[in-house]
Amino acid sequence: MHTQLDVNGRAYALDHDPRTTLLDALRDHIGLYGTKKGCDHGQCGACTVLVNGRRINSCLTLAAMHDGDEITTVEGLGEPGALAPLQQAFVDCDGYQCGYCTPGQIMSATGMLEEAKAGDPSHVSASLSGDVALDDSEIAERMSGNLCRCSAYPFIRQAIHSVEGKE
Amino acid sequence: MRPFDYTRAGTLDEAGAQLGKTAAVIAGGTNILDLMKLQIMTPERLVDIGRVPGLDGIEADGDGLRVGALVRNSDLAADGRIRAGWPVLSRALLSGASGQIRNKATTGGNLLQRTRCPYFYDPAMACNKREPGAGCAAKEGVGRMLAIFGTSEHCLAAHPSDMAVALRALDAKVAVRAADGSERTLPLDEFYRLPADRPDIETVLGPDGIVTGVVLPAPVAGSVQAYRKVRDRASYAFALVSVAAVVTVEDGRIARARLAFGGVAPRPWANDAVTAMLEGEAPDDALFRAAADRLTADAAPHPDNEFKLPMLRRTLVSVLRETTGLAEPSIGTDRTDAAA
Amino acid sequence: MTQTFKMDEPLPRLLDETRQGLIGTPMNRPDGPLKVSGRADYAADRLPDGTAHGVLVRATITKGKVTRLDESALAGIEGVVAVLSGPNFVRNPAQGMAGESPVQPGPRVDYHGQPIALVVAETFEAARDAAQRLVVEYDDAGGAEVDPDSASEVETDDPDATGDWDEAWGRAAAKVDVTYTTPGQVSAAMEPHAALAHWDSGRLTLHGSQQMLRFNRKELADAVGVDPSEVRILSPYVGGGFGSKLGIGAEAVSAALASRDLGRPVRVVMARQTVFDAVLRRTQTSQHVRLAADADGRLLALGHDDLVSNLPEESFAEPTTNASQFTYGAAALRFQQSVARIHRTPSGSVRAPGEAVGMVVLEAAVDELAGELGMDPVELRLKNIPDTAPLTGQDYSGRRLADCLRQGAERFGWAQRPKAERDGDWLIGCGMAAAARKNMLTKAAARVRLTGAGAVVETDMTDIGTGSYAILAQIAGELLGLPESKVEVRLADTDLPGASGSGGSFGAGSTGSAVFLAARRIREQLAAQLGCEPGELTLQDGIARGANVEKSLADLVQDELVGEAEIASGEAAKSHLSAGWGAHFCEVAVHAWTGEVRVRRMLGLFDIGRVLNRKTATSQAVGGMIWGLGGALTEELHHDPRTGHIANRDLANYHVAAHADAAGRIEADFVDDRDDWANPMQSKGVGELGISGSGGAVLNAIHAAAGVRIRHLPATPDKVIAALEAAGR
Ligand SMILES: Cc1cc2nc3c(=O)[nH]c(=O)nc-3n(C[C@H](O)[C@H](O)[C@H](O)COP(=O)(O)OP(=O)(O)OC[C@H]3O[C@@H](n4cnc5c(N)ncnc54)[C@H](O)[C@@H]3O)c2cc1C
Ligand code: SF4
Ligand code: FES
Ligand code: FES
Repeated sequence: MHTQLDVNGRAYALDHDPRTTLLDALRDHIGLYGTKKGCDHGQCGACTVLVNGRRINSCLTLAAMHDGDEITTVEGLGEPGALAPLQQAFVDCDGYQCGYCTPGQIMSATGMLEEAKAGDPSHVSASLSGDVALDDSEIAERMSGNLCRCSAYPFIRQAIHSVEGKE
Repeated sequence: MRPFDYTRAGTLDEAGAQLGKTAAVIAGGTNILDLMKLQIMTPERLVDIGRVPGLDGIEADGDGLRVGALVRNSDLAADGRIRAGWPVLSRALLSGASGQIRNKATTGGNLLQRTRCPYFYDPAMACNKREPGAGCAAKEGVGRMLAIFGTSEHCLAAHPSDMAVALRALDAKVAVRAADGSERTLPLDEFYRLPADRPDIETVLGPDGIVTGVVLPAPVAGSVQAYRKVRDRASYAFALVSVAAVVTVEDGRIARARLAFGGVAPRPWANDAVTAMLEGEAPDDALFRAAADRLTADAAPHPDNEFKLPMLRRTLVSVLRETTGLAEPSIGTDRTDAAA
Repeated sequence: MTQTFKMDEPLPRLLDETRQGLIGTPMNRPDGPLKVSGRADYAADRLPDGTAHGVLVRATITKGKVTRLDESALAGIEGVVAVLSGPNFVRNPAQGMAGESPVQPGPRVDYHGQPIALVVAETFEAARDAAQRLVVEYDDAGGAEVDPDSASEVETDDPDATGDWDEAWGRAAAKVDVTYTTPGQVSAAMEPHAALAHWDSGRLTLHGSQQMLRFNRKELADAVGVDPSEVRILSPYVGGGFGSKLGIGAEAVSAALASRDLGRPVRVVMARQTVFDAVLRRTQTSQHVRLAADADGRLLALGHDDLVSNLPEESFAEPTTNASQFTYGAAALRFQQSVARIHRTPSGSVRAPGEAVGMVVLEAAVDELAGELGMDPVELRLKNIPDTAPLTGQDYSGRRLADCLRQGAERFGWAQRPKAERDGDWLIGCGMAAAARKNMLTKAAARVRLTGAGAVVETDMTDIGTGSYAILAQIAGELLGLPESKVEVRLADTDLPGASGSGGSFGAGSTGSAVFLAARRIREQLAAQLGCEPGELTLQDGIARGANVEKSLADLVQDELVGEAEIASGEAAKSHLSAGWGAHFCEVAVHAWTGEVRVRRMLGLFDIGRVLNRKTATSQAVGGMIWGLGGALTEELHHDPRTGHIANRDLANYHVAAHADAAGRIEADFVDDRDDWANPMQSKGVGELGISGSGGAVLNAIHAAAGVRIRHLPATPDKVIAALEAAGR
């Protein structure tokens, strides 16, 4: 079947099996291998991308469901020599070790910061009304959909803290 | 995943017409794709209702609200009206899954998500829910996540939804569209079936029914609401047990106590006898303990999950203490306006 | 081949003389920009034209034989290319440093979940569908034993013991005699095992996710029946290993076999569930610890016996009591291991094999002893630091354990710690534990090339997140007087000199030393060209100085200078016991009603000799501490009691710590030291030290907070509740 995707500002026309997930489409059809597969079942967050600005797990959605959607992957944020501030912060804070969960962490954090800016509460918000102060426990809860087996968690959050509110 | 035809429905009528015994709805896809990848669900046709108009809004419905079936879990949790009037629903949603999944998961899909019983997930093991009559491997297997109430000899699985537990405590109803286009609303206890001898049939929806939304009754003025979920890690895990509470204390007495329990039954669990013990009484630790004992009196645990009895009792007592003022409310306990 | 340098005795501390100032600094990883932009190239990140996709099929009986693969159900599936099994198929990954094929059982099935076939198709979707629909017929032998506690085949070693146990035990003023259990665990590296294989004129190239290429090449060659020289493996980026990628496994072997059969590239990526089924787990353990002390808190007797499990034929047995044997001394010591032979997914090395489970338990038991004695647990440990290694009589090399304990206590505020405080319904308490992990030096080679433009480091060493790219650049840059921008590090290609690989925390020390020695050779050549003694040579920012001459490297190095070196362990390892040391301090909150435990803060202070890169070392240490935290609180394999298979075979049901579990302040730091007997750089391993004892500090903090001892890990809410109720609360 045919699906049109806009990925990092470029249009792609795919001819694919209906079973192809958005993740496999990005990786094996388009050749953008930055988005990782850690579990293929929504259980790790390595495949996180932005779809129309919101973070989702690209493994648990079909490419076909995204005809016409705008997708942003980690490659679209920046590249060596021209990294986005959050990417640079991960380098400076050592917000990774093996690097495998990293694209997912970065995309998730990108989406998460927007959610917080919009005032969305989280499971650990003391109150459901009012502004969200992104302290460490808030960031930790909001980022819990991104597992990091290297357990770079404190440094990932440091990186996120360091860019928060700066843009 | 087996091959399937993918169709996108433009309207509810179209969707209804495309459904049938070998077809399935896909909304967010976060549960059905999980299961299809393992060939636990093998529909021959997937009907994508994701772009059907009119199902993604939250609208006033009398003094209550009507939540469309396609409203994302994250949008529902963040909605200002929900946060103010039905905070237990926000809290339950926010305790479930992850930010990414909540951005994709829908209200209808969340209600209809299937159990997390590990044997249901393993095609190599017998499971009556997957294949009626095959047997139940969980019975003598690993049973940590199974139910303790409402099970049958054919299936011990628990319903994993957090959202549905809050909806039960709020006395919400599910709006269901039948194949002929007619619509009705059902309380959760009528929407969900208990397993009995057909654990594969989990709701009264039928193969071509569509959930169109959820109806929330008017907010309970001056209530204290709480959702407490106990799990094996601090986030991103299903409930071992959970308690949703909507409690009103007037003149030193519990005027109203709606309670529902998650992780413990094939559907959000409620127990009228427990409510009856509490309503009209003054908050008191001994009373709460007695109510908790009453709740678990008819539990039928698996050897691996006997722990759910004391866990549920203690969680209930803790929630009751916080919602009735015996203890300081902690995060997850919120008050609604006195004049709603 | 270059001569092998044997580490027999200390070398001068050259890294304290060099001038570049790169070593030890918190330099960013040079591979960072690639990783954060999605451009680092992991094993599955390519799909050359014509690649077929392979998906592994598992056995669904526990013991018996595959009698037939019935492909009839695949007839209608478009794109199926082949179904492959046969005598070369491997049962499980090779154990670390095996250097030969893992067991190739043919049709025999030894555990539920064993990979038994590969289905290859034109697309991933078709291969996965067909792999699930393949009908496998078995001859089920039945009766397989899967429970270590009731296994009939148990091999018990003779105890390692010294001293008169009965006498020592008899005169003790305080005793602890406890049994702890730890559940099975898995590495759960975020990158599933993946391999892309293709053959060209009889030569196999494998893009794989492997930790130890020097061994993996031999293992793969042996498994597919070719000479190691015909095999090339590349693993420039590895998405986490933690032991799970030490040896060649089913994904690599099946990809290689299928590619040879089909004459086209084949990519095999394990499904996450397959990673659980078919990659070595960490055994569950049952540990019996006995401690006896005199009234002053001096240990009289220390016994640590353990029961672990593995499949028949697997040589590995979790070295549970590794660190128990050399951390503390006592008049009488006793260590005895039993291995139950059971048919579960076989066990092998998972990060810090031995210490990860042994030190949690020893350190919890020591805490119990402190309780019995009414003594401060830091004090008790300080009292029992032995002069020489108790069982072997070896001298210790660098050992700043006492400083870690004292300074760690100071920095954590141990003396002022909250004791049995409450924050609402949360009970607050603090615990501590010591850390120890043997430090090893293994054979490793490396080559350094220097031109006027800069240096290139070449070795088949891997970087599994440990920071090899950074550290090796720092070592070469430091010795050759080059800034980081002038050093390129090429890794993880078996065509390059054979390194230690990443395992046992010996990678940085061993391969780093090979780079050090190779660069030192170049220094000698530069000194000769400059006309000075090597000792007079200084190199900094591309300028060489010596014998009153100053020249830029660009002028000095006309042709490329090449240094190659190999290092191996020598006499030093016999004369001295070298280990990493440390102390953990932890504050937890325990919910009085629900039994949930949250770590509020944690501090680890470690002695790893010379710190090579403060940033990556800190990351390793903190990562280890969080592993320990997860082991104490959340991680547990559940095995089906009938089949032994792993029932929670995915990341939703096997709970590695998530962000929220590690939300407190978790910090690590180092007491800077030089371990002269460890290696020419005076450094020690850090990758596994952080996990050693960390979970013990968590358990001890739970006790301090809630007054309950959790002796069966992990301390999930149900167990804490049971303990609270047993205590009448
Ligand atoms: C790793 C992980 C962790 C999770 N943790 C939690 C948790 O802690 N708590 C929790 O509550 N949930 C949890 N979930 C489950 C998640 O909430 C559900 O997957 C999600 O709510 C399903 O919504 P969906 O729209 O994606 O459903 P889909 O996958 O699209 O559909 C689910 C089912 O509902 C049917 N369906 C969907 N919409 C309709 C409709 N309108 N009418 C008729 N049928 C319909 C589909 O046919 C399908 O059978 C978790 C999921 C994952 C993957
Ligand atoms: S408990 Fe229900 S879902 Fe689980 S194996 Fe038994 S029948 Fe299947
Ligand atoms: S690969 Fe999508 S969540 Fe793990
Ligand atoms: S950096 Fe390795 S998994 Fe996160």
